[in-house]
Amino acid sequence: MKLHPILAALRKHKAGTVLISLQIALTLAIVCNAIFIIGQRIERVNRPTGLNESNLLLVTQQWVGAPNADTADGVEKLDAMQREDLAALRNLPGVVSVTPTNSLPLLNSSWTGSVSHKPGAQLGGKDNTRTAYYFIGDQAMDTFGLKLVAGRAFTAGDVQHQGFRDQPPRPIAIITKALAQKLFPDGSAVGKVMYSDGSNAPTTIIGVVERMQTPATGSWGNDFAWYSTLIPTRLDANFARYAVRTRPGQLDSVMRAVTPLLYKVNPLRVLDDDSVKSFGEIRAKAYRADVGMAILMGVICLVLIAVTAAGIVGLTSFWVGQRHRQIGVRRALGARKIDILHYFQVENLLIAGIGVLLGIALAIGLNLWLMTRYEMTRLPVLYVLVGVLAMLVIGQAAVFVPARRASNVPPVSATRAA
Amino acid sequence: MFTYYLQLGLRSLRRNPALTALMVMAIGFGVAASMITYSVFRAVSGNPIPGKSAQLFTPQVDGWGPQQNLKGEPAEALGYIDAMALMRAHEAKRQTFLYPVQLSVMLGGSRDLPLNANGYAVTADFFSMFEVPFRYGGGWSAQDDDARASAVVISGKLNAKLFGGADSVGRTFNLGGHDYHVVGVTSQWNPRPRFYDLFSTNGFADEPDIYMVFSRALDLQMRSGGRNSCRGSLSYTTWQGYLQSNCVWITPWVELDSPAEVASYRRFLTNYAADQQHAGRFGWAANVRLRDVMQWLDYEHVVPPESRISLVVALGFFLICLVNTIGLLLAKFMRRSGEIGVRRALGATRREIYTQYLIEAATIGLAGGVLGLLLTAVGVSGVGILFRPEIAKLARLDVSLVGLTLVVAIIATVLAAFYPAWRAAHVQPAWQLKSS
Repeated sequence: MKLHPILAALRKHKAGTVLISLQIALTLAIVCNAIFIIGQRIERVNRPTGLNESNLLLVTQQWVGAPNADTADGVEKLDAMQREDLAALRNLPGVVSVTPTNSLPLLNSSWTGSVSHKPGAQLGGKDNTRTAYYFIGDQAMDTFGLKLVAGRAFTAGDVQHQGFRDQPPRPIAIITKALAQKLFPDGSAVGKVMYSDGSNAPTTIIGVVERMQTPATGSWGNDFAWYSTLIPTRLDANFARYAVRTRPGQLDSVMRAVTPLLYKVNPLRVLDDDSVKSFGEIRAKAYRADVGMAILMGVICLVLIAVTAAGIVGLTSFWVGQRHRQIGVRRALGARKIDILHYFQVENLLIAGIGVLLGIALAIGLNLWLMTRYEMTRLPVLYVLVGVLAMLVIGQAAVFVPARRASNVPPVSATRAA
Repeated sequence: MFTYYLQLGLRSLRRNPALTALMVMAIGFGVAASMITYSVFRAVSGNPIPGKSAQLFTPQVDGWGPQQNLKGEPAEALGYIDAMALMRAHEAKRQTFLYPVQLSVMLGGSRDLPLNANGYAVTADFFSMFEVPFRYGGGWSAQDDDARASAVVISGKLNAKLFGGADSVGRTFNLGGHDYHVVGVTSQWNPRPRFYDLFSTNGFADEPDIYMVFSRALDLQMRSGGRNSCRGSLSYTTWQGYLQSNCVWITPWVELDSPAEVASYRRFLTNYAADQQHAGRFGWAANVRLRDVMQWLDYEHVVPPESRISLVVALGFFLICLVNTIGLLLAKFMRRSGEIGVRRALGATRREIYTQYLIEAATIGLAGGVLGLLLTAVGVSGVGILFRPEIAKLARLDVSLVGLTLVVAIIATVLAAFYPAWRAAHVQPAWQLKSS
């Protein structure tokens, strides 16, 4: 098939050609970037926290008229209240283990600090590695479902308690594998010493866990998302959080039982609708915006592709109608049906080709612009290639029906008035 | 003539139902996507205090120094020492200092379980500076600030819970173990974004329940119920030690009415920081900021990134729908070349053809706008899937959004029709008549 007549005909339809290529270009640019955003969000949402997330729930509660956590006496009283709650929760039917904790992955309530090889380092200094602390009890490893890869877990004797705002030394800690590799790239971290939050007192690493995400899901926490440090300490304040692991299938019954139980232990506290949450709820809340964004982008992509395809169908139908007589002439002169079909398909391929070339440039341009304005990474070439292929296929699919109609124009129409 | 063209336009819509439906849907979807994202964007980027946003400023003083500050920017709040110094200097006509507090309310007698009460410790000018509306009573006076009074202003919601919504001014209740007397009850007041506390909130929290006297909260050694940010090695163990540390947790606001006052306050801040350097407390040159409400919202990136990105994507989407409409209108109009040729031969001017086709496009735009409106209504109610519920709550379909949707649809379609209508107006009558 010769291209020359197609090109000559296109020159007569500059406006339509430009419009379709422009539409294909814009669609390619937006769909590529949108699918890239969807992919990134899905990747983010699907990353495992390192916990065994099923059958896990979190209780957040606040005492009313609690003793002052800034006095030694008050701290002891608060700790007794906390131990009372823990004991009651552990006796609840269906509960496997319970630990006090200041936060959980994805909870977006962080206690961050930094650890260093050297004592007395300043916060925010170069030698520091940012980390998020989990202050937990001896049952934490089982309750969270963490996987210990080196060293040992905490025992009941390791667990200390402190006032919420005190700064006592932290003799031992368990850290994540990611943090261990950052601090001690050559060799095992177990038994080594680090200094936390610019303290002069050493912290000995007694164990390393495979993986545990930090509580922050915002972009500010991306740099240290896997650098968690577990400290065996109960924090005593006028509020407390307890993580509870239940037997399989008993999550709901335990969740219902927690509030009445804690009120029975001590009625002078605040527990509202939000106080008892399953980890599933915490995860859904943390990634709500990401999932929503992915859905929105997906819907927009689908509608966009539909609109573009409809546009191609519309304009090609118009051209077929306009060239009715010419098609008849070609058929009368010996062109087969398939020649007419191919004519419109090649024509569409040419137009889509121009659009796609322009679209690649636009897609990369849009991606660069998004990178300067928002936290985006570079668009992989694969996305663009798949997008190009998809646009060409969609173009061919959209042109097929009008092209078929064109190929069915009878040769006799050459002799009729248009 | 206008009504005649309108009739022609409506008739032509019916003639090519498939093409018309395609155009109407393209415009409808495009407008709806843009309007839904715009309604959210408008809600989060609006001015929370339109009358006074240019007169309210939040001063910042760098107490951390170049090694530890936020990439050259001072901390977003003040520590106790700097807050007290600015408070005592009282260089602005009105000023307020605030930090979030979390307390629990003990209901009298053996009634229900205690309630959580979130709110702010503020100084007296807070209420007049931020134009807080009152249902009963009012704020407290500067004397109450000095006297560390146990006065408290409560929200209408808490008033309903505690006192059944009655005028409770003068009544007392127990808050965190101490008795407080109510001096005022606010009407619904929750500016969004919450410009006055972007240090602890993302700007979209629920309405605070209580406002208590700042000096009273300090007396009770009440720690911030919100954020607290420190630098260096933390060595404090007592309340006094905490107050003297470099931890920041207090948000200051001043009201400055004229550019001269602003300049003078800025001078004062610079001098204060310079004095601290001379005194040896700061080991660095003065580094201060004085941002007004809108500058502060911008600096704190209150508009969520998902809202901005979706607005960009929706606009791109709308653009494609318009390009599509241009193509389809071109096809639709050129199909009627014969008809145009006859009209031109019968004496219609180019201008008349042009007007007729623009009006026809406007009818398509109107139909697209109506469809877009329906889709927007559906979308706005479903916006909670995408955004945090506290933000999604803000997006709503009001009269201005309805008007905007229709106007945008019609104007966009008419703009898109310029080129196709121009082509239609330039149809050569002789050509068309000959070929048919």
